[in-house]
Amino acid sequence: MQQLEQEVRQFIIDNFVFENSNGSFSNEDSFLETGLVDSMSIMTLVEFVREKYAISIEDEELVPDHWDSVSRIACFVQSRLGLVEASQQNVSDGA
Amino acid sequence: MKASLFKFSPNVLDIDCAKVTAALEESIREIVFHRLRKKGAVVGLSGGIDSSVTAAICARALGKDRVFGVMMPENDSSGDSLNLARLVADVLGIKTTVEDIGPTLEVLGCYQRRDDAIRKVIPEYGQGWKSKIVLPNLVESSQYAIFSVVAQSPSGEMKKVRLTAEAYLEVVAATNFKQRIRKTLEYHHADRLWFAVAGTPNRLEYAQGFFVKNGDGSADFKPIAHLYKTQVYQLGRHLGVPEEILRRPPTTDTYSLEQSQEEFYFALPLDKMDLCLYGKNHGVAPDEVATAVGLSSEKVQRVYAMIDSKLNSTHYLHLPSQLIEPVDEVTATH
Repeated sequence: MQQLEQEVRQFIIDNFVFENSNGSFSNEDSFLETGLVDSMSIMTLVEFVREKYAISIEDEELVPDHWDSVSRIACFVQSRLGLVEASQQNVSDGA
Repeated sequence: MKASLFKFSPNVLDIDCAKVTAALEESIREIVFHRLRKKGAVVGLSGGIDSSVTAAICARALGKDRVFGVMMPENDSSGDSLNLARLVADVLGIKTTVEDIGPTLEVLGCYQRRDDAIRKVIPEYGQGWKSKIVLPNLVESSQYAIFSVVAQSPSGEMKKVRLTAEAYLEVVAATNFKQRIRKTLEYHHADRLWFAVAGTPNRLEYAQGFFVKNGDGSADFKPIAHLYKTQVYQLGRHLGVPEEILRRPPTTDTYSLEQSQEEFYFALPLDKMDLCLYGKNHGVAPDEVATAVGLSSEKVQRVYAMIDSKLNSTHYLHLPSQLIEPVDEVTATH
């Protein structure tokens, strides 16, 4: 989980935090409230997460509950990875 | 949020059309003749209510011989648009011209670039397909405003796919050619006639950044930018805009599949968006607005948040060119 948070945080710093900003935001800070990541940037963040972690993301899952902070994104990814691992285990057990 | 001092109802947007018209006419004359020192106004006529009312009010203010209408269809335009634009021009008695911008857009690669962008998410998209881009229902859910492309194959099969950031930006960048080329032609006619270019945004569009920078966002004056869409319709009735235009649902007329402004940009029917914008501007509590628009208080709060979000994200569209240091001799004359 910590590694997930760090990877997401680094992507945000590399892509959305402009120079002169010291990147001082916590993993719990709300993007909506701080304006750190806007709706355009959310699209880029979603693609990064989808490609890096090879998970599918449904339209209905594109909500602040899952995406409004580094921690929320990490939790969402972890839960999806957990589901992916479980289904892969089911497939191999079945074989 | 401060308490409202009056009972909020759908009638808050009612205007005294005769009074508003008279005030608009006086202001337009002052702006065009005295401030801008031009002889008349050019109006891009789309066949929609905003450009029709703008042309009508300019004709009354300046005289019909001092208003020139430019109709600019392209490959994706609805056939109705040109017919309705001609209709209002005939009713007003203004001179017009038709400039088909389809060939120009083709040369610029507008359609090719847009189609290439769509193919990034729908690889089979091509000749004979139609498309539009849409938002999720932002009032019914808390989803982010992330666009999908809706495409129809030549056989009628419909597909809806979420756009990547890259594809979305490329689709918008390609379709923005349309508004910018139209504005180029409006200024061409304005230059040769020594007229001013009238912009046609209503308040909802102007305030919420629903325009293209240096496209329909560009103009010498914008006579209805302070008026809510509902009020523009009231004026349209008062000024004798043809019924067909008054009845026509607002459309972007930008994509090959018919696309409402609600699907593309605003989350609600425009009359409800107007009331929400008015309510927010006047510090009306969401539950008061909710009763008037027939939504829950929670949904109105969501609309209020969306209004703020758009105000912030489109603020840059209203900025003039940014100078490093002021040029005093220019600033001093304003």
